[in-house]
Amino acid sequence: MKKDQYLIEKNGNNYEVVIGLEVHAQVLSKSKLFSNSATKFGSEPNTQVSLVDAAFPGMLPVINEFCIRQAVKTGIGLNAKINKKSIFDRKNYFYADLPQGYQISQYKDPIVGEGSIVLDLPSGPKTIGIERLHLEQDAGKSIHDIDPSSTLVDLNRSGVALMEIVSKPDLRSPEEVNLYIKKLRSIMRYLGTCDGNMQEGSLRADVNVSVRKLGSDKFGTRCEIKNVNSIKFMQMAIEYEANRQAELLEEGGIIDQETRLFDTKKNQTRSMRSKEDAHDYRYFPDPDLLPLEFDDQFIEDIKSEIPELPDQKKDRFIEKFKLSPYEATILVSDLETSKYFEKVIKNSDVKLSANWITGELFALLNEKNIEIDQSPISPENLSKLINLITDGTISGKIAKTLFVEMSNGDQDPKKIVEEKGLKQQSDPKELEKIIDKVILDNPDNVQKYKSGKDKLFGFFVGQVMKASSGKANPKIVNDILKKKL
Amino acid sequence: MTIDLKTVKHISKLSRISIDDQKAKKLEKDLNSIFKWIEKLNELNTDNVEPLTSIAETTLRFRKDQILSKNIREDILKNSPKDNKDYFVVPKVVE
Amino acid sequence: MTDIINLTLTELVNKIKSKEISSTDITSNYIERSKSSKKLNTYIEETFDDALVNSKKFDAKPDLQKKLPGIPIAVKDLYCTKNVKTTAGSKILENFVPSYESTVTQNLWNSGAILLGKLNCDEFAMGSSNETSHFGNVLSPIDNNLVPGGSSGGSASALAAKLTPATIGTDTGGSIRQPASFTGTVGLKPTYGSCSRYGIVAFASSLDQAGPMTRDVKDCALLLEVISSFDNKDSTSIDFKRPNYFSDLNKNIKGKKIGIPKEYRVEGMPAEIEKLWDNGKEYLKNCGAEIIDISLPHTKYALPTYYIVAPAEASSNLARYDGVKYGFRVEGENLIDMYEKTRSQGFGDEVKRRIMIGTYVLSSGYYDAYYLKAQKVRKLIKNDFDEAFNKVDAILTPSTPSSAFKVGEKMDDPVSMYLNDIFTVPVNLAGLPGISIPAGLDENNYPLGLQLIGKPFDEQGILNIAYSMEEKINFKLNTSDWWNK
Repeated sequence: MKKDQYLIEKNGNNYEVVIGLEVHAQVLSKSKLFSNSATKFGSEPNTQVSLVDAAFPGMLPVINEFCIRQAVKTGIGLNAKINKKSIFDRKNYFYADLPQGYQISQYKDPIVGEGSIVLDLPSGPKTIGIERLHLEQDAGKSIHDIDPSSTLVDLNRSGVALMEIVSKPDLRSPEEVNLYIKKLRSIMRYLGTCDGNMQEGSLRADVNVSVRKLGSDKFGTRCEIKNVNSIKFMQMAIEYEANRQAELLEEGGIIDQETRLFDTKKNQTRSMRSKEDAHDYRYFPDPDLLPLEFDDQFIEDIKSEIPELPDQKKDRFIEKFKLSPYEATILVSDLETSKYFEKVIKNSDVKLSANWITGELFALLNEKNIEIDQSPISPENLSKLINLITDGTISGKIAKTLFVEMSNGDQDPKKIVEEKGLKQQSDPKELEKIIDKVILDNPDNVQKYKSGKDKLFGFFVGQVMKASSGKANPKIVNDILKKKL
Repeated sequence: MTIDLKTVKHISKLSRISIDDQKAKKLEKDLNSIFKWIEKLNELNTDNVEPLTSIAETTLRFRKDQILSKNIREDILKNSPKDNKDYFVVPKVVE
Repeated sequence: MTDIINLTLTELVNKIKSKEISSTDITSNYIERSKSSKKLNTYIEETFDDALVNSKKFDAKPDLQKKLPGIPIAVKDLYCTKNVKTTAGSKILENFVPSYESTVTQNLWNSGAILLGKLNCDEFAMGSSNETSHFGNVLSPIDNNLVPGGSSGGSASALAAKLTPATIGTDTGGSIRQPASFTGTVGLKPTYGSCSRYGIVAFASSLDQAGPMTRDVKDCALLLEVISSFDNKDSTSIDFKRPNYFSDLNKNIKGKKIGIPKEYRVEGMPAEIEKLWDNGKEYLKNCGAEIIDISLPHTKYALPTYYIVAPAEASSNLARYDGVKYGFRVEGENLIDMYEKTRSQGFGDEVKRRIMIGTYVLSSGYYDAYYLKAQKVRKLIKNDFDEAFNKVDAILTPSTPSSAFKVGEKMDDPVSMYLNDIFTVPVNLAGLPGISIPAGLDENNYPLGLQLIGKPFDEQGILNIAYSMEEKINFKLNTSDWWNK
């Protein structure tokens, strides 16, 4: 058993959890996959629905080139094989929010084949295989809670392009799932192919979970938990489901391969009622569409648009800026964060910049529950703040006060320092006066210090800082104090 | 291959078309005569034949990513069997 | 003015251009005759009042540059027409009013034509006798109690009875050519991709094509020129240089090689059809063409292939008729119940039968045995034609294996009904252009047709050959107006 391995224990038996994810990522595009209506989130119901989206008789799909490019781009970001020929199939089933009675998807021949994602685990990197990525249409939305007697259907989302990204069953714990989703989202955000906004449903996943006795190399029967829309829920669902399956096996039961739903109120998974009607999707190539084909040049053009991706950026940060892998991982995990960091270090010390961003700034953003691109402190002003520390104008402690001050309205730290007189006192003569007074005022402690109570040194520093309203340069204070005592 | 009554009912379920027993029996008869005739295809060896997926010998034409369709909610909803100015309405669905 | 209805489309256009007659004259004559011909049951929806208004509008400000200036035309009710009820002959669309226009009908109106009404057809174009329409069967003007063929039966009957100067049908397996053959008229199915499918109620997407139905070949060329266009709203529409079919029409077919496929000499074919075919060869020889025996070895597999491919596509295309967005609905206890009742009561028996066949051949476990097999055989059928066209310029066959039959004669035997399309179906499977022209009468004085099959996009070639043959055949359609007495 490896250290930190995630296992489910039942009656002294350890079960390993095997997880595969089918992530549905909404493609960032202005218009839908096969129609020219808008994709904007949060519009009035049924106001972004074309005749094609509502499947009127005689309406036909015409593919959006940008969505194809986005899928190829994502495939390149996942180090995956790009298929120059792929086929759109119809997946046939009836549902209220599926106006065509079929979803146009890709079944046997997806646009993107095998690839991989590297996770940064505490124990080291782990590669998770990507099985495939294909393009498909999203369905509309059924709303059950407006009208007590009916279900209402909004087709605004109907026909929006999705990328279904299928992982291999390489994930082994809720934490790995967390890291996988975050990494995938980060890559897509870097590429600009999906905004990854889980609240708005632009990233959702079907989670396949099975368990097996530790040491077994055979996969157990899996259950698919449909349409989970937050990492937290995915983790809870996996935990519940793995325990349920392990318990069932311990009792000598058999796991049904089935589709389950995660009930976010009860924190449980349950079998979907509609399963009585066994699914038979009757996939076949959509005769309204021809095979999707493009040449090497098409792929090369997209390759030339690929920005530096998180893994490359991380390597560069470590190499060039001598950051620790840990710091680098945090700073590249989000494109906006990395951009912010690179702006700050243009004129400032790298190490301090990394500390301030991952420390004070992240805490502030967390507290305000906002993203870094909405940060009340601009990278330029944070850089100025850091420079005030490095050139000795202010102390680290003052800097923290200043930071709070700045967060109320992104003011120039230099200005605040001047206006409020926060400048550090570094003049040894001035400081000597204060120190002399502190020594004079505390004869008992001086005595104790001299008799070996070294710890009291801090007390003197504190007194000096207090007397100088925190402005004294701690380094110089230290030097003088050591001499005087 | 013969198609039995159970299969007929299964297909009708998949097709979302309800049929009574009498109709099912008639369909069983019709489908069997049709499929008996269709199975003539089995005489042919097609092992090395590429299936023809599209008769138009060209590739898929791409559209630019432009929003051209405006809000046509009224048009979209005006033929709907249940009146509602914002939504399509279906019987209550329990998931 | 009974003369007006006896003029061909081309003659009408000329007389309008020379201002001998007005659009209102033509329109009111056709309306009058249509009104007194209700017994044929050709119209599902009459737009006579609007047609008169439009013809007066045209006459007030005639644009004589148009190809169909002020010409009234009734069209098959499979074309979506803006603000005019469109039913596809089905109860499930009995009250459907599109807010949009099909590309093909839009082309008609852009050329100056005026809508007279919507013509009856087999439900969703599934039928060969126009007996499956929810709006009742259509009678042939040829004889009392005779079917006009199908699925464009209303179109053929209205054309032959002179209720419209020309019309357009759709052809998935022979739905233009077979009724044309049964009613002594000309019908052309263009190459797949010539006419846009946008706004045509879909039956089988990979086979459906719109086409002209006219009294003679010249009219056919004119109407084809109007309706054939590249359309970027249809992904299967093909962008090729379309000739001026009408002005390029000529009788110079000297040296053309015409293939006679031996496989079309089917068992049980009446001697009079053999005779007709032989006559056709003679006419062609007299025109200077060369007759060459060819083989299309997979011909006998075409119908079984068609009865897999077409129902499979139809089962999916017709899934959108679910009572949610438009059309007929039967309320149910729940969503599934509503679907099942709506579709059970909204579709007629033949449509249900084909949906069931299609669902079955696509269902899990049967896909390879039926659908995939059919696609492979379809390839072989296409290869047969490709090879034949290495040797010949066009192929001559009978249009149907028999003349028109009595109402009700084949309704209880689906397979014998399907066999009607034995000569027309291979042309759809291979996506080729085909034209049926009247070539003679059988012992009952029922019309019989000959079919010319061309290379892809060589509509002009088969039109020219048909034009030459037409002159030699000198067929005169005489209806006794039995329904008008």
